Amino acid sequence: MNRLLDIRNLGVVFGGLSAMNDLNFHVDEGEIVSVIGPNGAGKTTFFNTITGLVHPTSGDILFEGSSIVGLDPSAITALGIARTFQNVRLFANMTVLENVMVSQHCRTKQGAFGALLNTKAFRQEEQEIRERAHEVLSFFGSRLIGYRLDQPAYVLSYANRRRLEIARAMGTQPRLLLLDEPVAGMNPKETEELTKLIGRLRSEWGFTIVIIEHDMNVVRDVSDRVVVLDHGETIAQGSFDEVSSDPQVIEAYLGRPVEKK
Amino acid sequence: MSTIDTAHSMAAPTAATWSPSIKRLAQTAALCGLGLVFISLIGMPVKLNSRALIEPILSRGYASLAWVPVMFGYVVTKQVVLEGMVAQKRGASDVAEGAIVGAGGGLLLGILGILIDNFDLRDPLLNWSPQLLEFITFGNGLGFGVMIWVVIGGLSGAAGAGLHLLPATIRRFIMVIVVAVVGISFLETAATDLLQGLRLEFVSDGIYSKTSGLTIKGSVITGAIAAVALYGSQQLQQRRLTRLSQAPPAASGFTPGAAILNSFGDARSRLKVGLGILALILLPMVLGGIMNELLANVGLFLLLALGLNIVVGLAGILDLGYVAFFAVGGYTAAVLTSPNSPWLTPELPWFVAIFIVVVVAAIVGLLIGAPVIRMRGDYLAIVTLGFGEIIRLLFLSDWLSPMFGGAQGITNIPGVQVAGLANVKGTDPRAVFYLVMAFCAFAIYVSWRLEGSRLGRAWMAIREDESVAEAMGINTVNAKLMAFVTGAILASLSGAIFAAKVGSIFPSSFEILVSVIILVIVIVGGMGRIAGVMVGAAVLIGVLGGPSQPGLLQELAEYKLLIYGALLVWMMLKRPEGLLPNVRRSRELHGDELTQDAWIKSQVAAQDEIDSDGAGSEVPS
Amino acid sequence: MLVIGLLAFVAQQINPTNPFASWVNPDANRLTGPALRDLIISGLNLGVMYGLIALGYSMVYGVLGFINFAHGEVFMVAVMSSWITSEKLFEAGLWEDFFIPSLLLTVMIAIVVSTTTAVVMERIAYRPLRGSPRLIPLITSIGVSFFLQNVAIGLFGPGAKRYPQLPEWLTARRTLLWIPGVEVEGTKILVLVVAGVSMAMLWYYVERTKTGKAMRAVAEDKEIAALMGIDVDKTIVRTFAIGGAMAGVAGILWGLLFRSVVATTGFLPGIKAFTAAVVGGVGNLGGSMAGGVSLGTAESLGPLLLLEPMGVKGPTQLKDAVAFVLLIAVLLFKPSGLFGERLSAEDRT
Repeated sequence: MNRLLDIRNLGVVFGGLSAMNDLNFHVDEGEIVSVIGPNGAGKTTFFNTITGLVHPTSGDILFEGSSIVGLDPSAITALGIARTFQNVRLFANMTVLENVMVSQHCRTKQGAFGALLNTKAFRQEEQEIRERAHEVLSFFGSRLIGYRLDQPAYVLSYANRRRLEIARAMGTQPRLLLLDEPVAGMNPKETEELTKLIGRLRSEWGFTIVIIEHDMNVVRDVSDRVVVLDHGETIAQGSFDEVSSDPQVIEAYLGRPVEKK
Repeated sequence: MSTIDTAHSMAAPTAATWSPSIKRLAQTAALCGLGLVFISLIGMPVKLNSRALIEPILSRGYASLAWVPVMFGYVVTKQVVLEGMVAQKRGASDVAEGAIVGAGGGLLLGILGILIDNFDLRDPLLNWSPQLLEFITFGNGLGFGVMIWVVIGGLSGAAGAGLHLLPATIRRFIMVIVVAVVGISFLETAATDLLQGLRLEFVSDGIYSKTSGLTIKGSVITGAIAAVALYGSQQLQQRRLTRLSQAPPAASGFTPGAAILNSFGDARSRLKVGLGILALILLPMVLGGIMNELLANVGLFLLLALGLNIVVGLAGILDLGYVAFFAVGGYTAAVLTSPNSPWLTPELPWFVAIFIVVVVAAIVGLLIGAPVIRMRGDYLAIVTLGFGEIIRLLFLSDWLSPMFGGAQGITNIPGVQVAGLANVKGTDPRAVFYLVMAFCAFAIYVSWRLEGSRLGRAWMAIREDESVAEAMGINTVNAKLMAFVTGAILASLSGAIFAAKVGSIFPSSFEILVSVIILVIVIVGGMGRIAGVMVGAAVLIGVLGGPSQPGLLQELAEYKLLIYGALLVWMMLKRPEGLLPNVRRSRELHGDELTQDAWIKSQVAAQDEIDSDGAGSEVPS
Repeated sequence: MLVIGLLAFVAQQINPTNPFASWVNPDANRLTGPALRDLIISGLNLGVMYGLIALGYSMVYGVLGFINFAHGEVFMVAVMSSWITSEKLFEAGLWEDFFIPSLLLTVMIAIVVSTTTAVVMERIAYRPLRGSPRLIPLITSIGVSFFLQNVAIGLFGPGAKRYPQLPEWLTARRTLLWIPGVEVEGTKILVLVVAGVSMAMLWYYVERTKTGKAMRAVAEDKEIAALMGIDVDKTIVRTFAIGGAMAGVAGILWGLLFRSVVATTGFLPGIKAFTAAVVGGVGNLGGSMAGGVSLGTAESLGPLLLLEPMGVKGPTQLKDAVAFVLLIAVLLFKPSGLFGERLSAEDRT
């Protein structure tokens, strides 16, 4: 299979404190990989490093074979990596539709002159942006369309905000989607629904997905492969069953069995 | 203030609590007195006193003081009724409180009179003068002065407090009538000029007195017209409301996105815009030179403010050195068109020069913008301010005087030749106004088109959360730089018109002050809203005047910067979104309250969702 | 800058006609040793005053995270009020006869007035805005600054005011004890000494007292500080008060040195003091002083030492531009200042 993301000997140091330590990680095209680990294991730092918000102190990150270390976050997104945030960070005063429209920025190119002259290309592109946004939002059933399209994002319920964040990431038309705790704060019903959607994100939209999650049901249901992080290092990887019986993993989770739900 | 208010109203339900409010009354009275003394000592009453507001009754000087106790009387008896609290009954005690506050304030002013009589502090305090003493005592003795001010203060304070006793509708009528009478009286010059142009001199002769101010008859007529107008507009609004309530509910949905896109689209607002443009074209024809000059100045500053609105309002970059681009535009135009320019004298026609001006401004904008645009907001503000000063200092310096003339500036700048039609220059303010208006129309079009475009959405996202915008694939540096340069270009256009209008150009026209005034226009009008900026420019530059351009209220010219400062603070405290706010911008500025609302709404929505899910209905799309 | 200045100074001493002094411009006035020494002393004088004002910017930025643009006006108010006091004392004949007590009285009044201004400003304009977006209080403070400037014009008129003469024993040039042969005006020595003493007192207050600790706690995290039983409002008021007092000291020193005041006196020193605060690292008190001194010397030496040899005409006109260029350079290349910032986590982002 085609190797989409390949991380080699990654190290991140914050003011003398090592947050990532000689980490190796890869994702193949079409995979769904879960990253789990106890709190403070460096999972979110891991995402931040991939998306360029944090610069690694050593090691290399290859996306489709070429290094993305040192690129601006926007350039990385343009290459095809999109993410959601653990503590939902929507453009709260923009409408649902606008949130998804704005995320198509790097896939569109009409500049000031097109807008000023109202050229045909400009109108056509606006139309496409709008249609694409509708298409992306329709993925979540009736949750985000209809009258909700023109509501500002801050009036949405918590679960809908998480959905909109995923929609916004989809709007950037990525190849690799990084989801940071997508079901955190959702009730069981909503969690189940979203778990199904994550599977459809791969089968229908063709995204390769890396997901950070604490909910082991979700991890078991969606992942092809599970990677366990602790203290910024990979301590185990493999299928869910392999990992969940790994003694090192059990130890990392304070000796309690991982199967605990 | 708000904590005091709350404390007061919290104590309110237990009826007989006069004792804790005595301290508050004393405090407010002292503040009221300080206000009166302050206004007197900056010399406003004496300077304004030569002209009347309503001919034999009220001079502008006394009016400049009288509003203070009215306001304090109104404020001191204002109740903050929080949810679940019972509003206190209004009654004579309110009026008494207002009267006490006003009388206390008046007493302090009287004491000021006594002090002026006995001590000479004229050395540091310019207005510690016999004229002020005479003003305070009405030319009679000191005892009379103190007494009369206690009475005036008491009555005004009582009137202010008494406003609470009236039903809201009547209160609104009174406010509108007062504003109309004061406004029409202060706008005497403008109104006379306009009426003359319309050949309606008899109207101005009828309402204005021969010396100055409205006559009694005139003020009654003005008040009556204002009242009728208010009544009419209320009726109209009533009818519209009933129409809305009968319309299907979907139509009244909350759709700011669509509203922005359609705001020029629907027939009604198209009609309004059309009428506005028509009025602006016709107006200068009936106005005299002074009024046209004024309109031209408003236009110049509107053009500047529209540019800054893109930078501050849309992209959220606080640029305090905006005047630099105004200067660059002015100087570039001067060098290219003037035969007296010490360096290059290509003597290009203005319309050719303007293209070079735009290019130069864009380059300067890029040169200044590229390094600063990555800084965090408040540092950026100070650094742009630094750049603004550096550019002025360079134009002023002996070093560059062989190019830009130093303090002597560049003179003899020709006007704008409009293809054999006219030579637009300062001596013909009407033509200048038309030219400025054309450019403003261009700037409005630019702002409107950009706001609804891909770039405008990127700006919006950056304003909301810059690092997330970056993570969503927006090159924030480029997008912000676009805003910065667009603003720079619009400012340079204004500068080029300014150069042609004035005919000469000096570094002293480009002080930091100009940047601040443009910022005030944008903020008072409403950041990010074109109509708001237009209103801001018209009200501030038209009425108060620009940094060195007179406005309608010339008697306030000395105090206009003071008023600008106070207005800026007041707007930030009370209405940061401006007079005509941009929906989204105002939401951003009231973040706290909205988070709370949103939380409540999300709780309700979550509940709804659980309910509907409970019914097991997964609605297919 | 100090280092460059000193190196150049040494070079001048060795060879007053060194090639650098007429690098591009053969007609440059070559600085002699004493002239350069004087420039350095005035630079230091300016610098310590900038430093004292900068403390106010720095502390407020550290605690509330916004630039109090109106702080320069607090300084102006101090210069104004000490002018009024000294003027009145002079009229009463006390200024010449009892110079020291009069001066102390003037100092006290200036400090009280500037402290009150700062505190009232916080109460009326800034307290209601706590928690609003960062640029809102900044814009407000621009308004406050504008307002205070024009209040001063309204009350006292736009013209320049002259301070009364200082006694001769103070203004006379005298030898600095520890460097024989170097003569400096007494006033300038006084400025350096007073600034040093105030700085030391402030350092003791912030680093060694309980109030100082509370201040640092509030700067780090307001909510946690409040939970630990610290009265946040009171601490913030104290911060403004101390900043105001320091501006008051700077104000009276400015008055003694330049003996002149206008309503716009506060603007440029204010901006430059902010520059000094940034150069030294916002929130870092020692850094503010060091930043002030670097800026003062750069401003005083830069034009004649760098610009003139490069062929710039009328270089002293550009001394403000030198200060702004320094500000821009520091913010571009080392935005956390030369000596490091001390800000809470939320302000750093």
